[in-house]
Amino acid sequence: MLVVDNATDANDPGIDASVISEPVELPDSHEARAARRFDARKFGRKLFGATWPKLAALTIVVLLWQSVVWWGYKPRVIKPPLDVWSTAADLWQDGVIPETIRNTMIRIGWGFALSLVIGVAIGTLVSSSKIVRTAIGSMITGIQTMPSIAWFPFAIALFARTEGAIRFVIVLGAAPAIANGLINGVDQIPPQMLRAGRMLGARGIKAYRHVVLPATLPSFVGGLKQGWAFAWRSLLAGELLVIIARKPSVGSMLQQYRDLSKYEEMTVMMLVIFTIGLLVDAVFFGTLDRAVRRRWGLLTD
Amino acid sequence: MTGGAHQVRANERQRANGHALRRQQVAWPGNAMNVIELNGVTKVFGTGRNELVALSDIDLAVALGEVVCLVGTSGCGKTTILNLVAGLDQPTSGTVATRGRTALMFQEAALFPWLTVSANVELPMRLAGIGKAARRARAAELLEMVHLDGFGKRLPHQLSGGMRQRAAMARAFAQDADLLLMDEPFGALDAMTRDSLHDELESLTRARGLTVLFVTHNVREAARLGDRIVVLSPRPGRVKATFDVDIPHPRRIESPAVSGLAGRVTERLREEALVHARS
Repeated sequence: MLVVDNATDANDPGIDASVISEPVELPDSHEARAARRFDARKFGRKLFGATWPKLAALTIVVLLWQSVVWWGYKPRVIKPPLDVWSTAADLWQDGVIPETIRNTMIRIGWGFALSLVIGVAIGTLVSSSKIVRTAIGSMITGIQTMPSIAWFPFAIALFARTEGAIRFVIVLGAAPAIANGLINGVDQIPPQMLRAGRMLGARGIKAYRHVVLPATLPSFVGGLKQGWAFAWRSLLAGELLVIIARKPSVGSMLQQYRDLSKYEEMTVMMLVIFTIGLLVDAVFFGTLDRAVRRRWGLLTD
Repeated sequence: MTGGAHQVRANERQRANGHALRRQQVAWPGNAMNVIELNGVTKVFGTGRNELVALSDIDLAVALGEVVCLVGTSGCGKTTILNLVAGLDQPTSGTVATRGRTALMFQEAALFPWLTVSANVELPMRLAGIGKAARRARAAELLEMVHLDGFGKRLPHQLSGGMRQRAAMARAFAQDADLLLMDEPFGALDAMTRDSLHDELESLTRARGLTVLFVTHNVREAARLGDRIVVLSPRPGRVKATFDVDIPHPRRIESPAVSGLAGRVTERLREEALVHARS
């Protein structure tokens, strides 16, 4: 038996016209705009609220580290935090840290840029052609599951110990993640949105520009974030394995200090790697990701 | 059905030159009074064992300035008819012809979440190549018309459901369309919000002489808005009855005339459902 939805509706008691109004929300008033303007004190309080738990956690970690030192576990390798700190200051003054960071960042910059171009090209191809998707769609994810370090013997055989070998592995790590972000984004566009776009006159290239690309952005930014993480891991693996002469990098120095048993310096390099990873991933990509999600209404705070 | 295909193509061409159409320079196959004509339209989805006949031999004509409501239970192909009229889908057989520019409004507002309310309303004008200043001014005008002035800079997710539908209505009007196709546009709203949007739609369409094809499963809504109510039967969708509505405007949904008509239409729908359940 089919239920006629309107049967109940048709028997509704009459609605009192005097109460018919929508929940009223005030439009942009002068006060509302002023309230949204930048407020330094409020910002400071918000910043403090967001940072103090992190600072507290950092303090606890340093304390734990120090207590391991006091306990005397493997003192040859585990150096006191204060010694590491002063070594870091020395390495900074000598220009070792700035130079290694510069070399590493230039390397990942090029590697990531190349991954972006290749990832977007592959993602566009796969999401717009059924044949290409059937052919290589699952392979993209397959490549992504391959640990980047497993590519190095092949990369070194191909490019010898050069920048090319490192870049090759970065692209293999990051490009699939970026492509997948784009493909998933296109797949997740509600069909209704595309229909609405067509009805508004967005066809062909205009549909891409005004509907598909913006609709894909949250997923694409997610892909970029993931791509960065893969690129960073591949790069570090590469810098440990592929040592290029007269080009000190965070990875190569890490390896070198270990070979020389300079454990304070080695610890400093690890902290540098950790800090760069954290800053780029959480601060840069994290902020971008949240900003896009908030704008798209996918994130409610 | 080569003739059908030919007319459908002609229909596409007509849509391509919206303006020329209004001056009726393109040959119109149908009755001079009509702006939408469906003749013997059948739509079949799938093939073989998965075959589903969504619409069977539908004849439907909508005259210029008329508000026609399609009612029926779910699965009677109401949305399929709108898709065909909108040109988003092609009939399996029969012909679909429309005159004039078409705007479509969905149950969910389908506003683009990354654009502000004002940019959403501006989008069809932007796609039509209208200059920035002109479309900004027009968007402000349209938002005022649907009582959303001051909300232009908000994002869709910052608005209530009713406000989003108002914005979608403004966007549909921004297309400067002659035909407004509405697919249960107020279905997800509460009764009071819906009622105020009915008032708005009634006054806007009557002021502009717009032609509206309105799909709903809410019989009272159909009686409140329509000049004509077309009752569809489910699986396959067929036109079962037509009610001409001669209740004067402006109407109230709680008025005895509207309720009485809604009751008669509901009765007819119930008969349909019973026949369907027995078969």
